[in-house]
Amino acid sequence: MSSTDGKNTNNDREETMSQVTGKQSRAIQDPSTIKQPVATHSLSDVASARRAKFGQPTNGSTGLEAKGVHAWFGKKHVLEDISLDFYTGTVNALIGPSGCGKSTFIRILNRMHEFIPTASLAGQVLLDGKDVYESGVDVTKIRLRVGMVFQKPNPFPSMTIRENVLSGLKLAQIKIENSDELLESCLRRAGLWDEVKDRLSEYGGALSGGQQQRLCIARSLAVNPQVLLMDEPCSALDPGSTLRIEETIRELSSSMSIVIVTHNMQQAARVSDYTSFFLSDGGPGRLIESGTTAEIFTNPKQKRTEDYVSGKFG
Amino acid sequence: MSSTLLEQKQTPKPRIITTELRLTDKVFRGVVTGGGLISLTLLGLIGFFLVYNGFEAMRSAGMAFLTGFEWVDAVPENNQPAAYGIGAMLYGTVVTGILAMIIGVPIAVGTALFLSYYAPAWLKKPMVVVVDVMAAIPSIVYGLWGYFVLMPHAEYWAKLIHKYFGFIPFFDMPAPVFTRSPFIASLVLAIMITPIITAIAREVFAQTPLERIQAAYALGATKWSMIKAVVFPYGRGGVVGGAMLGLGRALGETVAVYTVLNLVYDIRIEVLLSAGGNVASMIVNKFGEADFVELQALMAAGFVLFLVTLIVNFIANYIINKTARE
Amino acid sequence: MSQTLLVAKPNRPWKLTPKQVLPDLLGAVFTVASTLLIVALSPLKGKLGFAITLIFMAILTATAVSWIRRDRKAAMNSTTTVLVYIAAAFVILPLISVLYEIVRLGSVGFSLGIFTDDMAETSSESPLTEGGLLHAVIGTAYIVTFATLLATPIGILTALYIVEVKGRFAGLVRFFVQAMSGVPSIVAGLFIFAVWMIQLGNAYSGIAGAFALTVLMIPTVARTSEEVLKLIPQDLREAGLALGATQWRTVAMVVVPAARSGLITAVILGVARVVGETAPLLLTVGGADAINLNPTQGNMSAFPYYVWKNLLIGNENSISRAWLGVFVLMILVLIIFTLARYLSTSRGVKK
Repeated sequence: MSSTDGKNTNNDREETMSQVTGKQSRAIQDPSTIKQPVATHSLSDVASARRAKFGQPTNGSTGLEAKGVHAWFGKKHVLEDISLDFYTGTVNALIGPSGCGKSTFIRILNRMHEFIPTASLAGQVLLDGKDVYESGVDVTKIRLRVGMVFQKPNPFPSMTIRENVLSGLKLAQIKIENSDELLESCLRRAGLWDEVKDRLSEYGGALSGGQQQRLCIARSLAVNPQVLLMDEPCSALDPGSTLRIEETIRELSSSMSIVIVTHNMQQAARVSDYTSFFLSDGGPGRLIESGTTAEIFTNPKQKRTEDYVSGKFG
Repeated sequence: MSSTLLEQKQTPKPRIITTELRLTDKVFRGVVTGGGLISLTLLGLIGFFLVYNGFEAMRSAGMAFLTGFEWVDAVPENNQPAAYGIGAMLYGTVVTGILAMIIGVPIAVGTALFLSYYAPAWLKKPMVVVVDVMAAIPSIVYGLWGYFVLMPHAEYWAKLIHKYFGFIPFFDMPAPVFTRSPFIASLVLAIMITPIITAIAREVFAQTPLERIQAAYALGATKWSMIKAVVFPYGRGGVVGGAMLGLGRALGETVAVYTVLNLVYDIRIEVLLSAGGNVASMIVNKFGEADFVELQALMAAGFVLFLVTLIVNFIANYIINKTARE
Repeated sequence: MSQTLLVAKPNRPWKLTPKQVLPDLLGAVFTVASTLLIVALSPLKGKLGFAITLIFMAILTATAVSWIRRDRKAAMNSTTTVLVYIAAAFVILPLISVLYEIVRLGSVGFSLGIFTDDMAETSSESPLTEGGLLHAVIGTAYIVTFATLLATPIGILTALYIVEVKGRFAGLVRFFVQAMSGVPSIVAGLFIFAVWMIQLGNAYSGIAGAFALTVLMIPTVARTSEEVLKLIPQDLREAGLALGATQWRTVAMVVVPAARSGLITAVILGVARVVGETAPLLLTVGGADAINLNPTQGNMSAFPYYVWKNLLIGNENSISRAWLGVFVLMILVLIIFTLARYLSTSRGVKK
């Protein structure tokens, strides 16, 4: 392996080696191949490089599906007719300029939308074929199955690292036998275990921003969600932490579907299997184009998508 | 489920989301709502019970209850009916309140400016604590201090004011008794309300947008012209609201005023004379030996005081909330 | 050749140099000197004369110096600067005087013995070595404890209603709680007297006083708690709910623990607000000279009542007792105040 390998800690290597096999995975693990190609390679190269490494995503069973979703804040129509499928085991990126409704859309998926007093919506969100907005549905159960990671890391300040990870169980009143095992596996999957294993009884606020965000991911994993929604999870983090989170996302994608909102197109190209491009022309946000990430970044069908991914606006 | 292109173009109606709450949440929201409404109910109950118990007194006296100067119990032997009017007390309350504002508001605003823009860093923090401590001192302490410490000094100041400004009707003296006057009561009240007004004014000044302050300095303003041009226009509402909160406090103050004010059932314009009025002090004064009829009158007086302070507070909070929102 | 090496030294060119400070210093000296001269030569005499002359000369000197050295705008600035400093001094002076007099007059009769005896068998004219204020200590402890037990849940529930439940009446409740904090304390006393004594036919008791103080304490607890809860980031609530928690679990396990020390501060501030309240107790507890251990029956005393009573008696020893009571009351208030500040600053709401 190259000398840049030294930048990764031993722990990282062990972890990632066990998860992904072969030489190819090293290329994307290696920080140098991520930092440098940004300048030298085009986004389409990054996207197709990823496809080469991971192969085409399998169009498995539909986990989460949005059907004709519209959204309003008061009288303002902010999302128009969005239909998207999120397959299990895939990473789905939502890209687009600010104010195009990406965050609103992702919040609709686990019913966080309704906390805004003036909010309303139309259409359906199907989880395993059942509409989550059906009357009589237990909202808390939906949110257990569709987890969420927020833009800013928000560990619970009154809880220790350990309590934070297990907080979902306590909050949702789920009893579990071997909480220590779960604690370790969640922190391992979030790529945080080795950094915090000796300080589990410290408060979550004592960690760095990137560690806090991975703690929040571990917290979401503890309740074993089917889908993980991530609303610009790296926007408040430094590049190093971003890299760690992206690794985490890739590792998680084997067991669940992930929907990630991002402003960073390189990030979308690096981590996602499918990309959807949202745009608002002053009116409600629309889904302009959706497809495999390679397609969107190499060969978009729409002119506007091409302009956006090539950096002409946004 | 198949929809044609045409149908998709139409914007559907927003759906009605019915969020069925878990039972625990229903209970939780119910309990919290109940607790929240206790406060509201309590305020209503205060008004209701004071009116309920004081109604008879207000009804029999009519408008004279508000305008009358007399507060005499019935003397059945002489066939003399009771006459209860709080006019003089109400007048005295307003006079001391306004006088306290005239003395206290400039000092409070000056102190707020000092804390916000003039005080060196080492002095600012202890000063803020000092102001907070002053607001936390119980009124009985101010009463005791006002009577034994301030009054001998204030009496001397009052004599000087009378000597040099006696030609102004307010400072005239029909009898040479300078103790326990509205002037001294106002001084004590001013000291009591200054920390309240200072705290609110400081809070409002602190919200002045920094860009505007810097813009003023960038245009060559001195500190004072910056304050005049930026801070005052921005914080005016908050200062007015804070002053009114202070007024509300001054109008309702009881024991501190009682100790330093001589209650006289008469309307007098001379503020240095040992004769003033105060509704709250009167209630304490008359409460001890009141019979049932007089008690009703005291309840009515309490209701008037409640209403006046409530209105003053409503206006004050309205102004402060409005300023805070802008 | 070390001189050619350019070593950047930290420098604050905007700081006043001694040369710049000199005129101000001279001005200050001139102010004091001229004041002393005027007081010595003119009919203005005494402390008051000195103070007025000093203020007048300070304004005059500062304005004149600025005007001569610069312009009218600078002169105006100097005038207001002096005025603002004077205003600040006017706020500090009464506090210093209050604290000084309390210590001077109140500490005279202070001994630990006062905490072991009441006034049941001591005449008001007896020297301070006899009797004590244990009855007031017990009364205040009872009354304030009961008031706190009642006002804390109501106050915090009110804050939760405004911030967490955001019910239909949230705006109204908020506005009325604000107004309620301005209700005169005497009115709270009258209200309890009207309900508890007249309507329900009870006699004076500690619990009646506690009810009156509860009315005054609720708005303080509610408003401070509301502000504390508002400081908890919305993100935390959403994180809890996104984990599939009910609102109840989120509030109980995430929001309230995060705001805990702030909520404790709110309660302490509420205690500070009512511990020295006198007027409502005058109408509700009846006052007593002996220890009463039953808060539901019989007249009771309290610190403020003790002070009030001794002040009204008005003989030399009783007034000393009033000062003694104020001394102990102020120590109590300052302890509570310090506790509240310590909690709100050092271990307050974590960011």
